[in-house]
Amino acid sequence: MAIIKVENLVKRYNGLTAVDGISFEVEEGTIFGFLGPNGAGKTTTINVLCTLASATSGRALINGYDCARESSKVRKSIGIVFQDTTLDKDLTAYENLSFHAHLYGVKKSEIRGRVHDAIRFVDLFDRKDDLVKKFSGGMKRRLEVARGLIHRPRVLFLDEPTLGLDPQSRANLWEVITEMPKKHRVTIFMTTHYMEEAEVCGRIAIIDHGRIIAEGSPDELKKTVGGDVISLKTRDNEWSRGEISRLFNIHADEKEGELYLTSNRGDACIPDLIRGLGDMVVSVKLQRPTLNDVFLKLTGKAIRDEEGSGMSSIKEEVRAYRRRH
Amino acid sequence: MELNAIYVLVAREFKKFVRERSRLVSTIARPLLWLFLVGAGMSRLISPDAGMPYTQFIFPGILGMTILFSSIFSSISIIWDKEFGFFKEILAAPVSRLSIVIGKGLSGTVVSTLQAVIVLLLFPLLGFRLGPVQILEVLVIALAMSFCISTFGILLATFYDSYESFSVIMNFIVMPMFFLSGAMYPVKLLPDALALAAKINPLTYGVDALKNVIFPPEPGPMSADFSLMTDVTVIVLLSVVFVTVGARLFERKA
Repeated sequence: MAIIKVENLVKRYNGLTAVDGISFEVEEGTIFGFLGPNGAGKTTTINVLCTLASATSGRALINGYDCARESSKVRKSIGIVFQDTTLDKDLTAYENLSFHAHLYGVKKSEIRGRVHDAIRFVDLFDRKDDLVKKFSGGMKRRLEVARGLIHRPRVLFLDEPTLGLDPQSRANLWEVITEMPKKHRVTIFMTTHYMEEAEVCGRIAIIDHGRIIAEGSPDELKKTVGGDVISLKTRDNEWSRGEISRLFNIHADEKEGELYLTSNRGDACIPDLIRGLGDMVVSVKLQRPTLNDVFLKLTGKAIRDEEGSGMSSIKEEVRAYRRRH
Repeated sequence: MELNAIYVLVAREFKKFVRERSRLVSTIARPLLWLFLVGAGMSRLISPDAGMPYTQFIFPGILGMTILFSSIFSSISIIWDKEFGFFKEILAAPVSRLSIVIGKGLSGTVVSTLQAVIVLLLFPLLGFRLGPVQILEVLVIALAMSFCISTFGILLATFYDSYESFSVIMNFIVMPMFFLSGAMYPVKLLPDALALAAKINPLTYGVDALKNVIFPPEPGPMSADFSLMTDVTVIVLLSVVFVTVGARLFERKA
């Protein structure tokens, strides 16, 4: 069953078309990746789905409810982890989550138990009574994920969840995220521009200039790039090229002293190559296409590093400093 | 309207108020400064036959000031919440904008009234004799005017997005509101233009209501400018307007 259904969604503001007629569906219980460069329309789409912005035309349904007309029911069905922190730093971790539970109308008798479960799930139980301002970036993000689950949403939105985190916190967070669909029976809709992170997604949609330019599983998308790349170092490149062409009918390019050839099944191709070229082979490398290659091919550019959050955290610190003085 | 949301917004404000010692200390310090430094000095300039000592005259005004500052401060914290992102958490929740405005309004009401009560306890030092009925009346007025000023503050907060605007609000809105509220001098003594400004100032009616209750009933040059009935009516009507407009603006801007 499709838990998210988007049909011909358009969002224009100030004469600018941020989202230009996109359609897609997300199956329940999956992790759906929404990828694209800065300003491609990712956050605008999330805002429409989360009922924080209204669409110019088209329709979006979550859990069967219309995002434009049944916003309250949609809001109850979703949890959101925004790109920038939305925690109250002057409250403790527990208080932040309990605030959320009250706000979403969780029964009073259940709040304590649910908050404890959620904090335990993200491994912050022993810090639950600390003020959030003492937390690291990774801990804050994990706490926000926990908060997003408190009211038992059907869909959890994660907007650039690992942005600005160190590798270890990132790994921690991924562990939590990938466990969620099973443990909490929740569908995950996430944006990211870290291509290697999008590998965990069941399905991916790539958006650029407000349009979806590709959709499929990571493997399906990679196949569109055109196979694996094998690079070879040999004692005599000229001779080897000829042999490869003669034996396998494959054209090899020579770049910087190495031979490059593409094949649909690179792993199976290597033994044949070595048998054919014998001890002329010095080294062999197999490169499978990454989502980055897919992205590069589709948009003509590598996905940029987003500066937004870094700047805003500096801004935040300057302001916090000025507030204290 | 979602009562759970209103409750939790008020609970959050209260928790933060209790935690922030500096806010409590300045609550107590500011009125003392005005009463005993400004008030005591000014009373030398005022002729003794004006009807009451100046320190007594400004007492309702100082109560009003306490409410003004803490209500505005509480509502303006919305700008902080916007700046630090927390407001998004509130806006994304399945909660009507009306509940958010009422919840924030009541947050300001609770902490302001608490602070007003602390200041009210000074009345014997100033030579007032207030009975239990009067004290109860003061409390009710303090509640109503706190809500009115808090919701006014929420309106202000919808127009500003960064807390740099805080000093603008303080200097160009809050301080003039205080000086033109009849807190420092009776409205009837003001020149026409300033008297008009005082009459469109919501705080004027709160301060005047307090004067009606606290001052002796005999009329004099220093006594209240309007009837208690007028004061209360204006406060209630303004509150309704502020809540309605505030909820509308939130709907549009957020």
